[in-house]
Amino acid sequence: MAKCEEIVARCQALFEDLDFQAVRDWKDAAPGRKAIGYMPIYVPREIVHAAGMLPVGILGGGDQIEVIHGDAYYQSYICRIPRSTIELGLSGRLDFLDGMMFPSICDVIRNLSGMWQLMFPEVYVRYFDVPQNYADSVGGVFYANELAALRHDLEELGGMEITDEALRRSIAIYNENRQLVRRLYQLRAEAPWLVPASEAYLLLRAGMVLPVEDHSALLRDYLAAIELEDRPMRDNCRIVLTGVFCEQPPLPLVKSIELSGCYVVDDDFLLVTRWLTDDVPSEGDPIQNLAAAFLHKSMSTAAKYEPDLHEKGQHLVRAVRETGAEGVIFAAPSFCDPALLDRPMLQRVLADAGIPFIAFKYAENSGQMQPIREQAGTFADSIKLWSEA
Amino acid sequence: MSDKPANQSAADQDVVKDDSMLKQKAMMAAHYDRLTEAPAAGHKVCSTFVPGNLNELLMCFDLVNNLPEINAIQNGLRKLSGDYVKEAERLGHSEDVCTYVKSDIGMMAKGNLSPNGKPLPDPDLLLLSYTGCFTFMKWFELLREQYQCETIMLHTPYQADGKITRNMRDYMVKQLKEDVIPKLEKVSGVKFDIDRLREYLAASAKAEENLVWVLESAKRRPSPIDAYFGGIYYIGPIFGAFRGTEDAIDYYDTLREEVQQRIDNGQGPITPEGDLGEEKYRLVVEGPPNYTSFRDFWKMFYDEGAVVVASSYTKVGGVYDFGFRHDPERPLETLADYCMGVYTNLGLPQRVEMLSTYVEDYEADGLLVNSIKSCNSFSAGQLPILRAVEDRTGKPGAFIETDLVDPRYFSPANVKNRLESYFQMIDQKRAGARPAKAAGGAA
Ligand code: SF4
Ligand code: SF4
Repeated sequence: MAKCEEIVARCQALFEDLDFQAVRDWKDAAPGRKAIGYMPIYVPREIVHAAGMLPVGILGGGDQIEVIHGDAYYQSYICRIPRSTIELGLSGRLDFLDGMMFPSICDVIRNLSGMWQLMFPEVYVRYFDVPQNYADSVGGVFYANELAALRHDLEELGGMEITDEALRRSIAIYNENRQLVRRLYQLRAEAPWLVPASEAYLLLRAGMVLPVEDHSALLRDYLAAIELEDRPMRDNCRIVLTGVFCEQPPLPLVKSIELSGCYVVDDDFLLVTRWLTDDVPSEGDPIQNLAAAFLHKSMSTAAKYEPDLHEKGQHLVRAVRETGAEGVIFAAPSFCDPALLDRPMLQRVLADAGIPFIAFKYAENSGQMQPIREQAGTFADSIKLWSEA
Repeated sequence: MSDKPANQSAADQDVVKDDSMLKQKAMMAAHYDRLTEAPAAGHKVCSTFVPGNLNELLMCFDLVNNLPEINAIQNGLRKLSGDYVKEAERLGHSEDVCTYVKSDIGMMAKGNLSPNGKPLPDPDLLLLSYTGCFTFMKWFELLREQYQCETIMLHTPYQADGKITRNMRDYMVKQLKEDVIPKLEKVSGVKFDIDRLREYLAASAKAEENLVWVLESAKRRPSPIDAYFGGIYYIGPIFGAFRGTEDAIDYYDTLREEVQQRIDNGQGPITPEGDLGEEKYRLVVEGPPNYTSFRDFWKMFYDEGAVVVASSYTKVGGVYDFGFRHDPERPLETLADYCMGVYTNLGLPQRVEMLSTYVEDYEADGLLVNSIKSCNSFSAGQLPILRAVEDRTGKPGAFIETDLVDPRYFSPANVKNRLESYFQMIDQKRAGARPAKAAGGAA
């Protein structure tokens, strides 16, 4: 059985490979295979899977890519992820993609979908609009029709029908994957010294490029391997990390938070892996089931409307309570309207609940970790002092 | 600024005034009085947005329409927004986010004073018409937190593929029927009357007809109007709280007559310093203006004889010049189509198409982009839009950067320099010199 270290090393290699060799290999393994990229925060990967295609998470270039062309496409006051994504596209690193999906998360990603239409006319582009009205008869009908339209498009692109049976099978396969991710999160909340945030992140990141079946196997292996690890428990405080749902924080940032004395016990990394919070029924009408899951059993985040004023921000309070966290770290990408405008509201909710927090901004290519380490370190110390007082 | 009456905007100062301008000023003053007196008069107030502004529907419920974006503009013009933005930042808002929101939040924190000097009432209702801008949701969530009032989400799907599908329209109509209208009835206590809505929609269409006529008058040489700096006045009533009213019909009748007069006299656009002399450059402008130095900004154009003949900003509260009119025969569908059709709800290829059409149909010298630091809805993608329009039309473009209401992001020397080099580039192009590339450094 693979050791933790080996599994994480494999994930790290997948993470660092901005040429997406794993996806290219998958495509080359059989004729006619197709890959569909998607950006944060959520797309129904089940439909892509049922079409026999590989859904591929595209999350910008991180801190490993030099943006040469991308800056000519974006003003300095727009966040980094779209420009490094354009860079990936223009430099041919995404030339294996047969389609690209842009979720309705913010104006930047929305407009990027139009840029993709203009710049890569040969690629199937879909802006994926999700309802902000959660009544089954209103938003539910709209969304089910949008899902059906996506299904239809992918049928055309792939030249084959996507049957209900295939969809149900894909739903079951993704249910299993989500269960494993939930187990990973649960384990980390219980024993964060066993699952460092950087490892959890890399494990989820692997799911952006691997077929879901392989990713589930990898998660299972990790969960088994971790049992055998002897990792010491430190006197760290426990925090929830929030705001990192789109532009990716550089890995050293995640590591810095931990090195400064904070265990991350929950976060909003790569929400697509956990967006649906419960199993989607794998019986019955698969499109209706996916729609209902989105409306009634999905996560809260800045891009999603919270109709109930009193519920606003409570997801964060619950995350803190359920994981036994002692504080919250708000990390937001610079120039990110959704994360930064949400922040004061969430902070007021936390303040009312007596939960301490700190906040900072980052960019995917931030290099200087010292200030963040100091800020997080001071936060950890103050939490400890507070809990001793 | 202190020597001016509170309800006189900086942009109005010394401006040579036509009847239409005086009329609009009176309409605005009356509207702000109506707003500030609403609680005493027993009227309910609804805040909503300019793109996706359902004024006719709100009128059916006797609700007074308050538009925070217009308040932000007023505060920009009156040079108050800078302090408001700083106040919001002091209260914990990031320097990175949209300054319209911060101007509004800062204004609330500092007494929420309307241009008439009296405090604006707390809204009874927030109609979160979620159209063409994601920031709107955060903005009204913030207001909801403050006012704790009924908030209605009306989600407008985006025209990503350049068309309105049946699913999109049905979704909007259902939201109107099953959610928006019942909540409006509940808050206002007024029963919905679809015939009343039809009447208002018919009135809207009349005014829209004249607005389009006025905007299209800029196809003439010389253009009798400036469709950006002047255009901002022309869209005021129809984008604000007057669409669907008799006042708006009168205003656009008057405006049309005035413009006709200018055409008959062979006059160019009116500027704050009188008639524009020779029309030297004809531009299409993409993006909102800067409001904190509106006059100085405008002067940089008219001093050079530059006229804006078409702009996307004058389409942000509704695109009417490609045939859409509010249609009383399809009252709810037409509201849906209106929302989905506003400029910022259009896909980028549609925007390119529209701007290129403007450059061609209005015989412009090229496209100028004013990129707004605040506004991702406009700004993200403007550089490729500029290039695509240049390619499509063969006309040179240019790129400048300012902000709507944050004076810290208006650098006059910089903007002026870029404009001057753009005008030179146009001259060279006319003289048959080799076409140069965009003047914008970022391009
Ligand atoms: S980082 Fe924020 S602003 Fe940038 S694309 Fe993502 S959600 Fe939008
Ligand atoms: S982001 Fe742009 S459209 Fe949205 S509120 Fe701000 S200025 Fe207006």
